[in-house]
Amino acid sequence: MSAHALFDAQGPRGRATVRVITVASVLALLGVAALVYWQLYRTGQLAPSKWLTFTEPGTIRYLLTGLGNTALAALGAGAIGLPLGLVLALGRLSRRRWLSWPATAVIEVLRAVPVLLLIYIFMFALPQYGINLSTYGKLVVPIGLGAAAVMAEVFRAGVLAVPRGQTEAGLAVGLPDGVTMRLVVFPQALRIVIPALVAQAVVVVKDTAFGYVVSYPELMQSGRVLVANTNDLVQTYLVITVVYVLVNMVISALAQRMEARMNASRGLGRISLLGRARRSTLA
Amino acid sequence: MDVLFRDYLGTFAEGLWLTVQLTAIGFTAALILGTILAVFRVSPIPPLRVFGAVYVEFFRNVPLVALLLLVVYGLPYAGVNLGYYWSVILALTAVGTAFACETIRSGINAVSAGQVEAARAIGLPFWGIARELVIPQAVRTVISPLVTLFIGILLSTSLAAVVGMRELTSTVSYINNQEALGLTTFLVAAAVYVIISLTAAGIGSRLETRYRVLR
Repeated sequence: MSAHALFDAQGPRGRATVRVITVASVLALLGVAALVYWQLYRTGQLAPSKWLTFTEPGTIRYLLTGLGNTALAALGAGAIGLPLGLVLALGRLSRRRWLSWPATAVIEVLRAVPVLLLIYIFMFALPQYGINLSTYGKLVVPIGLGAAAVMAEVFRAGVLAVPRGQTEAGLAVGLPDGVTMRLVVFPQALRIVIPALVAQAVVVVKDTAFGYVVSYPELMQSGRVLVANTNDLVQTYLVITVVYVLVNMVISALAQRMEARMNASRGLGRISLLGRARRSTLA
Repeated sequence: MDVLFRDYLGTFAEGLWLTVQLTAIGFTAALILGTILAVFRVSPIPPLRVFGAVYVEFFRNVPLVALLLLVVYGLPYAGVNLGYYWSVILALTAVGTAFACETIRSGINAVSAGQVEAARAIGLPFWGIARELVIPQAVRTVISPLVTLFIGILLSTSLAAVVGMRELTSTVSYINNQEALGLTTFLVAAAVYVIISLTAAGIGSRLETRYRVLR
């Protein structure tokens, strides 16, 4: 990746300026790093005894079990979000008003409500009506509902990205509406949206950290239990945070590669739904 | 519903006010820092570019819950006491900045290199190019993604509830805890979130039509 065209290739004076700022910024970054290191060192957070826990097989196995449960929760949420998102997308795309209107409303509401509020509804409100899911359900169903709304928009963008001529051709050879969608448009749309759906998995994985709230023993909650035993809060949460980041980086990289490959193999020009796939949540 | 409005209107308003504060401060800070970081990422200074890339890669992939717990409960161990309010804002801003940076960078990159080269060819200096060409176009292209970012930050403020701050989401769960009003309380909060989001989206699309870039 090169610098933006905004910056012209520098002449001798420009190069000198760049060199000075480069040195200054390296020093500044090193200074900040040293400050952080010193602060952690001074408060005893870097003491080996506080980190040794993470070399014990017991701890590692415990955290890996947590990570496994994170995967289970993410898969569960995906299993709810994908089909529901598909149904909502097809509903919204429908020409029948009584179908498209409610689907649009559901999508817009689910997109504008925090996942945590949905979780609270499943934890505190629904039990008053006798609907009491397991801790797994209280975590997975709200995340799945939130993801469904976003995936619906991804699917819809994918269907709209298929050239109109495809639909027209389908109708021209006499296929009914539904069949055109099912046999002609949808298979192409699916290929377009797969990278975006994979990217969406990052958001789902992040949301599973709400296991901390519902006490489902995924990675975050496992960390909390570990902290209760060892008191090494900074160390444990740092390790867990890094694990989350690594897992999500792998997923993002996978999505990007899939998109790059797809763009290379298609004559449709570059279609990027990755940007649109990100749920508006940062969590 | 009556109880909600008679006895808890004040509590509810306080919760909403905290949510509004967190959203406003978080969004503004993320926008400012995100712009600076975006400039880092397009600048010709290698260490700043690397720093920007690493920062974005990390904070875009971190679950806000994990970061929040680390900042709120971890920083005091390292001798930094910010209090809940500023800790939450710090975590929110840290993540928001990464998303804001990528949004703004995409806006800068949307300005075609040819235009910049043309401006340079007729002798416009760097600041002239930035002011007359790149910034106006970049700002217009990112209006809608920035609205998405705003809504994202609004929704993320609900996470303050995880560390026990009484913003909108935890307020309604508190009221529910006192009165057991069932879904009602939560639906009121949901409606408030939806109204704020739709208003933001409405303003965004207004601005977008008015300042559309014709390409």
